[in-house]
Amino acid sequence: MARFLTLIYFVLTPICVSAIEVTGLMSFEERYFYQNPTFPEQPSHQPSIVLEPEFYFSWQDETHSLTFKPFYRLDFQDDNRSHGDIRELMWLNVQGDLEWRVGISKVFWGTTESQHLVDVINQTDIVEGIDGEDKLGQPMLHTTYTSDHGMFEMYLMPYFRKRTFVGREGRLRFPILIDEQLTKYESAAEQHHLDFAFRWSHSIEDWEVGISFFDGTQREPFFMPAGTPTAPKLRPFYPQMRQYGLELQYIYEAWLWKLEGIHRRNLRETFTATTIGFEYTHIGIMDSIYDLGWIAEHQWDERGKSASSVGQNDLFLGLRLSLNDADSSEVLFGMSQDLNFSDSRSAKLEATTRLTEHMKLEIEAWIFQAKTQDDLLYFARNDDFLQLNLHYYF
Amino acid sequence: MQRFKLNNLKRIPLFAFFCCTLLTPAIASAMDPADKGKSIAIERKNRDQGWGDSIAEMSMILHNAQGQQSKRLMQLKTLEVKDDGDKGLTIFDQPRDVKGTAFLNFSHAMRPDEQWLYLPALKRVKRISSRNKSGPFMGSEFAYEDLSSFEIEKYTYQYLKDEVVNGQACFVVEQKPTDKYSGYTRLVAWVDQKEYRPQKIEYYDRKGALLKTLTFQKYQQYLDQYWRADLLLMQNHITKKRTELITHSLKFKTGLSEKDFNKATLKRAR
Repeated sequence: MARFLTLIYFVLTPICVSAIEVTGLMSFEERYFYQNPTFPEQPSHQPSIVLEPEFYFSWQDETHSLTFKPFYRLDFQDDNRSHGDIRELMWLNVQGDLEWRVGISKVFWGTTESQHLVDVINQTDIVEGIDGEDKLGQPMLHTTYTSDHGMFEMYLMPYFRKRTFVGREGRLRFPILIDEQLTKYESAAEQHHLDFAFRWSHSIEDWEVGISFFDGTQREPFFMPAGTPTAPKLRPFYPQMRQYGLELQYIYEAWLWKLEGIHRRNLRETFTATTIGFEYTHIGIMDSIYDLGWIAEHQWDERGKSASSVGQNDLFLGLRLSLNDADSSEVLFGMSQDLNFSDSRSAKLEATTRLTEHMKLEIEAWIFQAKTQDDLLYFARNDDFLQLNLHYYF
Repeated sequence: MQRFKLNNLKRIPLFAFFCCTLLTPAIASAMDPADKGKSIAIERKNRDQGWGDSIAEMSMILHNAQGQQSKRLMQLKTLEVKDDGDKGLTIFDQPRDVKGTAFLNFSHAMRPDEQWLYLPALKRVKRISSRNKSGPFMGSEFAYEDLSSFEIEKYTYQYLKDEVVNGQACFVVEQKPTDKYSGYTRLVAWVDQKEYRPQKIEYYDRKGALLKTLTFQKYQQYLDQYWRADLLLMQNHITKKRTELITHSLKFKTGLSEKDFNKATLKRAR
């Protein structure tokens, strides 16, 4: 044993591993759907467990590091929601103002809160959460150069990740099932198309600016009818797209004014879409230590009702109450009202608090209202739910 | 213009003021409480210049009125910026759910600070409004503004009296924040006459009532010049909660530069 440890010591010393860290997250989740399901096979209770450890090694004075973050969710109802992913497996090298990242990673672009139009590097892991905030790990070569004229980033993505979809026995699914086996691509290279992206971002006094360009496989599929008339199915089709993105944020005192805009072209359509709004934080409401944040955003899509996103002409209103207590308790309420379909809206309430140094409790409630069949939200009309998460951090 | 005036003032050694006070009654009237208060602040700032940069490991222990505790662990990188506020990078390690969260702050003497927050779960860097200076830092009894660097321009001054605190002869100086977004109407600081270190600060809220008292303990000298208190104790008199801010290790002149304080370093901070 001693000899073995000596051997490890001599192997590791030359590369000087300066830090090894193992941390992670384990979550217990229960979803309760209190309305009768649209389809009889759908459950009312949907419990699941998540494990997401993170391994981190760094060497040569942290100019090199390796991060490995596998993920697995075991869902006791929906087989499609039971899934694993490598969220990160990335080598990072820092050479002064230049950073190289090679491997599987996640990137965020954008400024707005209600939807993330410009953020197109990672595929959405939609089975994780209906808000689209969860992402699949994306293989990439990512270079960042920081200068006095802003941050320049370049991405090469050699492999495409397919979107995840809820299965037959899951809630919050389309009436016609999506069959991943039937997936088609515009590119003959299919999942191996080499995608390219570029972004410049900068902070200029009270402004944050970002300009981006993406050329490659569109993360959001089109759906084509497939299967037989008696057993209809949907086929996901991923076209190639070219997208120009703009992000702006302006700070004036406690106001944050935000804009995200995209111009996208694919084989079927060319369109512009925007999210414009503000976030205002009232510090210490009524002489207390509580902060109250107001968020208002308007989502617009040139394609109108034929848009593939819910936010074609929608108003989002949000309220965030931070108690600023030792347990970092926070309540967030958000509501989206469709301005074309007046009977279509969704609302979310989220409350979090820390129970111990390692444990956090999260309660979520979602309500969906849609009466018109051609409204994209119609599929979720019977799927209001309450969700309880217990997160254990180690 | 303001900065030019300030630099001129800085060059006048403090003893000159004392000489004036003692020798010429005519000039002594110019040494009114406001001038004396400001000259004490200038000397306090001057004695704490030239430390360059620092890296500190700190913890915060939050005590509530019922005696329950909650702990935070963090690393603080600071860069001294000449003629402006410091640059700071705070990386949180505990509680575990905020591990990896990092906060970048460019503090400024005369205009609002620039602040960015990195949220590791979302990989998102968010520029935030620095107007939250009066809000609690991580649920503690420290407000953001209590932890920002001491800059002359942030207050107007009034010398009140001399008094002994912690066994040290101190100047008692009243400081009124110049920023209308400050959570305080005034501060009263006890600054020791020997080393010009704050020993105690009282914070008065927007209604003028005594809200909190900060005491500085376990002062240590670094690089044979700079004094830092290893223990800061903030007592809230209204809620009876208190927070201890403990420095576990502190290193100066570590070689940090401007390049260690940007959005790229914020994203990879750990």
